[in-house]
Amino acid sequence: MANKISDETIEYVGILAKLDLSDEEKEEAKKDMGRMLDYIDMLNELDTSGVEPMSHVFAANNVFRDDVVTNGDDRENILKNAPEQKDGAFKVPRTVE
Amino acid sequence: MERRADVSILEMTAVELGRKIKSREVSVVQATKAALEQIKALEPAVHAYVTVDEEGALKKAEEIQKKIDAGELTGPLAGVPVAIKDNMCTEGMLTTCSSKILYNFVPAYTAEAVRNLEKAGAVILGKTNMDEFAMGSTTETSAFGVTRNPWNPDHVPGGSSGGSCAAVAANECFYALGSDTGGSIRQPSSFCGVTGIKPTYGTVSRYGLIAYGSSLDQIGPIAKDVTDCAAVLETIASYDKKDSTSIPREDCDFTSALVDDVKGMKIGIPRDYFGEGLDKEVKDAILAAAKVLEEKGAIVEEFDLSLVEYAIPAYYVIASAEASSNLSRFDGVKYGLRAKEYEGLHDMYKKSRSEGFGPEVKRRIMLGAFVLSSGYYDAYYLKALRTKALIKKAFDKAFETYDLILGPASPSTAPRLGESLSDPLKMYLGDIYTISVNLAGLPGMTVPCGLDSRGLPIGMQLIGDCFQEKKIIRAGYAFERSRKYQGPAIAADPKAAAAQAQRGALCGNAREWEAAAAAADKRPADVGAGKEVRS
Repeated sequence: MANKISDETIEYVGILAKLDLSDEEKEEAKKDMGRMLDYIDMLNELDTSGVEPMSHVFAANNVFRDDVVTNGDDRENILKNAPEQKDGAFKVPRTVE
Repeated sequence: MERRADVSILEMTAVELGRKIKSREVSVVQATKAALEQIKALEPAVHAYVTVDEEGALKKAEEIQKKIDAGELTGPLAGVPVAIKDNMCTEGMLTTCSSKILYNFVPAYTAEAVRNLEKAGAVILGKTNMDEFAMGSTTETSAFGVTRNPWNPDHVPGGSSGGSCAAVAANECFYALGSDTGGSIRQPSSFCGVTGIKPTYGTVSRYGLIAYGSSLDQIGPIAKDVTDCAAVLETIASYDKKDSTSIPREDCDFTSALVDDVKGMKIGIPRDYFGEGLDKEVKDAILAAAKVLEEKGAIVEEFDLSLVEYAIPAYYVIASAEASSNLSRFDGVKYGLRAKEYEGLHDMYKKSRSEGFGPEVKRRIMLGAFVLSSGYYDAYYLKALRTKALIKKAFDKAFETYDLILGPASPSTAPRLGESLSDPLKMYLGDIYTISVNLAGLPGMTVPCGLDSRGLPIGMQLIGDCFQEKKIIRAGYAFERSRKYQGPAIAADPKAAAAQAQRGALCGNAREWEAAAAAADKRPADVGAGKEVRS
C-alpha cells in the first residue's frame, strides 16, 4: 500500500469529521482510506496542468432576490423535531460557564 | 381472510391507470387499495418501503377523486399512487434517509418535486428504502434492513434507489421517485428491470432533497416504461427559486418526444465501455439492443470516449467532499438522534453522529474531510475537479458527432446479497458506466433490454447531451416498442411472494427499529412513537 495513514492522521480526520471512533473503527478506517487513496492516486496519471477546476457544470451565478420574508413562522412545527427544547428554542448542553 | 390485490389494475402503467381513472373505469380509492393490498402481500418478501402511510393514502385518494370529479384535476397522473424515496422531505411523514440519525425526523415541509406531483394529483403510498444517505450501490447500507430484488430474493435490488425500483417492479406502486448522484436511479432500474431517468442537472428542483453530493444530485422518475417516465419528468421538472442551481427550461414537454422514429439518429457506442470487467451476457444484450435501434434506422457507430476509468476516483473525491460538508448538519441539535450520554456540547455532536451514522457514511465523511483538509485540498479535491472538467470535455466532443451514447448501466446483473459490502472499492467500481454522467451533468436513462441466464434483468443506458432528454426518450421509446414490459413472477403472484418471504429472515423497518431502540432505552421515551404520520 502506497498510502500509509498514520494514527495522527486518523485522529485529525476524526476531529474534522466530528466522529468518535473506537480503536477497531480507527484501524478499519486507516486501511480503507489507504486503499481509497491508492486508487484515487490514479488521477495523477492525468496531465491537468492549465485545466481550471470545474465545480459546477453550468456557470453558477449568484441568484439575487429582494430581502423579503416569504415563509411564515413555523417555529412550532420545526421544534417538534428537537431532541430537547426549552422556551421555544433548541436546548443544548451548557457551552459557556 | 386475506384479500387478493386486483392484479389487472396493478399491471397497468401509471399513464394507463391515469387514463382509466379519467374515464371513471377505475376509482382512485380502488387503485390505492390495490396498491396497498399488494404492499401487504409482498413487503415480507421484498421490503421496498421503510414507511407506508395507509391511512393518509386512502384519505388523499378520496380527496383527489372529488377534485377529479369536479374537473379540477385533469392531468395524466391525477389519482395515480406513487412511492417516494426516503431522502425527499414529505411534510408530516417520516423521512429517514434510511439512517438511524434521522430515525424520527418528520419534516415541516415537502420537497419541491414531490409538491409538483401532489399538485398533479398524486397519492403518496409511502417512503422507500435506500442506501443510508444514498451512499451505496445495493440498498444494503440501509439502517432499516435490506431490500430484496423482486426477481430473485437472494439478490440485491441495486442502489441507492433500490426500494423505489423494487417497489415499481413488484407492482407495489405505479411509479416512484428516486435520486441519482452517481447512478442511483439508473443502476437499480437496470437490476430490477424497470425504466428510470436521471435528468440534466438543474432540471428538477433539489429543494427538500436531503443532500449527499449537491453538485451531482438529481431527482428523477422510475416506472414501468418510457412513456411513464416522460410523463412524470414533465410533471416534476420546474424552475425553483429555492434551489440556486435550478435552471429555467422552456423544453420540458418531454411526452412530445414519445415518437417511434429513430431514423437518421446518430448513436455512439464507446469502445471503452466494452472492455475488461463487463459481463458477457450483459454485453451481448446491449449490443443486441443497439442492433434493434439500427434496424429501425439509427446510425450506430463505435468510438473512443476516453477517460472512463478516471471518473470513479474523481467522483469519490468530489461526492465524499460534498457529503462531509452536507452531513455536518446532523449533530443532534435540531432533529434526529441525540446520544443519551455525553460531556458537553462537542462530545454530544461526536457521540450523536457516531451512534447515528453507519459504516459506509462514516467512511465517506472521513474521506471527504481528509481530501478537503489543508495540505491535501489541492492534491485531491482540486485535482478531482480538474479531472471533472476533462471528462466533461470528452463528452462535449462525443456529442459533436453523436445524438446519444448507448452502453450498459452496470457491468453485471444484480449481485447476491452480502457480496458487495465486504469490499467497498469493488462496489465503487460497479458504478463505472453511470458516474461520469453525473460529473458532466448529463441526462441518462436505463431501459430494460433482456434477462441473463439466471433470469436477472439487464438494462441499457442511453446518455444524452445536456438538455437533450428528448433524444434519449425518443430512442428509448422506439426501442421498447420492440419488447413488451416484463415484470418479475412475484408481482403477479402474491403466493410466490409469501413462499419467498419464508426463505429468509426479514428485515425491519424504521418503526420496528424505533420500537427496539425504545425498548433498549437508548433515548428518551417521548420521541419516536406515534410520530410517523402527523396530521
